[in-house]
Amino acid sequence: MNAPLRPSDAATAGISDALIEVRDLTVDFLGGRKPVRAVGGVDFTIRAGEALALLGESGSGKSVTLRALMRLLPESRTRIGGHLRVDGHDVLALKPRALSAYRGGTVAMIFQDPGLALDPVYRIGDQIAEAVIRHEGVSRAAGRARALELFERVHIPSPARRLDAYPHELSGGMRQRAMIALALACRPKVLLADEPTTALDATVQIQILLLLRELQRDLGLAVIFVTHDVGVAVQVADRVAVMYGGHLVEVGASGEVIGSPAHPYTQGLLASRITPDSPRGVRLPTIPGSPPDLADPPPGCPFEPRCGLVVPDCRSGLPARVAVAPGHAARCVRLGAAA
Amino acid sequence: MILFILKRIGYAAPVALGVSLVCFLLVHLAPGDPLSAILPVDATAEMQAQMRSAYGFDKPLPVQYGLWLWKILHGDLGTSIATGRPVLSEVGRAVGNSLILASMATLIGFTFGTFFGFVAGYARDSWLDRVASAIAVFGVSVPHYWLGIVLVIVFSATLGWLPPTGAGPQGSGNWVPDIEHLRYILLPAITMSVIPMGVISRTVRALVGDILHQDFVQALRAKGLSEFGVFRHVVKNAAPTAIAIMGLQLGYLLGGSILIETVFAWPGTGFLLNAAIFQRDLPLLQGTILVLAMFFVSLNLLVDVVQTALDPRIERA
Repeated sequence: MNAPLRPSDAATAGISDALIEVRDLTVDFLGGRKPVRAVGGVDFTIRAGEALALLGESGSGKSVTLRALMRLLPESRTRIGGHLRVDGHDVLALKPRALSAYRGGTVAMIFQDPGLALDPVYRIGDQIAEAVIRHEGVSRAAGRARALELFERVHIPSPARRLDAYPHELSGGMRQRAMIALALACRPKVLLADEPTTALDATVQIQILLLLRELQRDLGLAVIFVTHDVGVAVQVADRVAVMYGGHLVEVGASGEVIGSPAHPYTQGLLASRITPDSPRGVRLPTIPGSPPDLADPPPGCPFEPRCGLVVPDCRSGLPARVAVAPGHAARCVRLGAAA
Repeated sequence: MILFILKRIGYAAPVALGVSLVCFLLVHLAPGDPLSAILPVDATAEMQAQMRSAYGFDKPLPVQYGLWLWKILHGDLGTSIATGRPVLSEVGRAVGNSLILASMATLIGFTFGTFFGFVAGYARDSWLDRVASAIAVFGVSVPHYWLGIVLVIVFSATLGWLPPTGAGPQGSGNWVPDIEHLRYILLPAITMSVIPMGVISRTVRALVGDILHQDFVQALRAKGLSEFGVFRHVVKNAAPTAIAIMGLQLGYLLGGSILIETVFAWPGTGFLLNAAIFQRDLPLLQGTILVLAMFFVSLNLLVDVVQTALDPRIERA
């Protein structure tokens, strides 16, 4: 791993070289009968050039966390609390003009399905040029020239011709490359990737992951990578943060979290995947039960209702974050007891 | 693109032929003898037969159709039984008047419809949406002849601002674009515009709501576009469908304005159809329906071409 690891628990939240600093982030969805707490107090920091994977199942709050970082959630129906600091910007306090400069200029996002995330009735080259023109006030020709440069950078074959293509004329992998080119158009420092390979074929997935890793290293990008695929997380990230029920339940270096998971949920997640030495003919273990209802969450640890290792303390409030090793922490009361 | 237009015209030809056959047969299926209207009551059988052969009604139907089609292709729609004038000039004048009225109504309806539609689509489920939607529902459900009568009572009879009937001063049958004639077209055009207004507003509302929920709108915001920049993308995505609906509405208005044209005595196709039906004026009826149908076919053609030009996903080949 190229980046030295740092503990990222609350005690180190103030470190000065953090590019992204998230403290006690909460996101509530309003509008229903009861507000739904999709993210319930998430903390992490990321330094420039570092890649973090947010790992979790559907509804665990990972995509919502990502969108909160760009304030892409519909403002009228969401309430974001806590502290978000990215490259010196207090994200939650940005005025509209500063916010639109921040979006795309400081932080850019790649979406899950590039077939849906590109405007179907505009040529791809123009969509990239549009972002460049918007941020740098250059001419259309200069915007197109940058688009061509980016297409070469993300290894799109015959790039000049592809600039004039409409999204539906490209293959899925090509579209995701174009999406990445679009995200990089205005030289952001942070790249947010929301399951960027989920909608792609397995063979294309690995190419896109390798491309992202290459770009991250070459351009020194900080990357947050949302995924539900443990294999993908290990492949792209220096550190892994596991989310469950809107909480970060475990954070640590990829190798450590996968090698010696501390939280029962992470353990369950890892036990339920297929590895080359999984025995044949034996059912994979699963985690019983289903994720918590976020409108009516359990009083204590969010994983308590499904956990096989429950002790009475599990129901008395959210477990504190406990360091199990330098840079590796988890929220589980049993760890506190053992320490 | 040129190739696409030629091909599309090629597809329209058999449709047009089919439509002409239906026009021809439809009128012949209707009960009643057209000649009884112009012949004296005590006409002899011999006289009747003479008239019948003069108008060609004695030949078998396929032959009549062939002759009729042949004449049409040479620009002859026959002679009106009631007035003795060529059908083509009668229909031509009426089509012109209807086209003006329908275009005016569509223009008003499209302008307000897209406006209300965008407002409702953007402010979905707010009170603005409810107000705009209520206006749209009123537009599609109010009986139009009733609305016309109400407008006449208010703006002509009570306030005396606008003339109640006709297409121009002194019963002028030819509409010209000046202030005086504009005063005459206002009431019928507004009455007629509530239909396309309602339909377009409902369509655009659904479209805009749909588009705003698509991932690419979030992606546009994520790349730092202003709300106005995003709006431009929404407009271009909504345009192909909105324009298609507008074209179809224009077609409907051209053919379906009998009631409104009658209320306002507007000398258009609806008025003419009404007269032709009551006078059993077969050639006039056939000619008018055919012209309207052909108009519909060409309008569809035009809408297809415009839509294809706007939306790259539609196959051009």
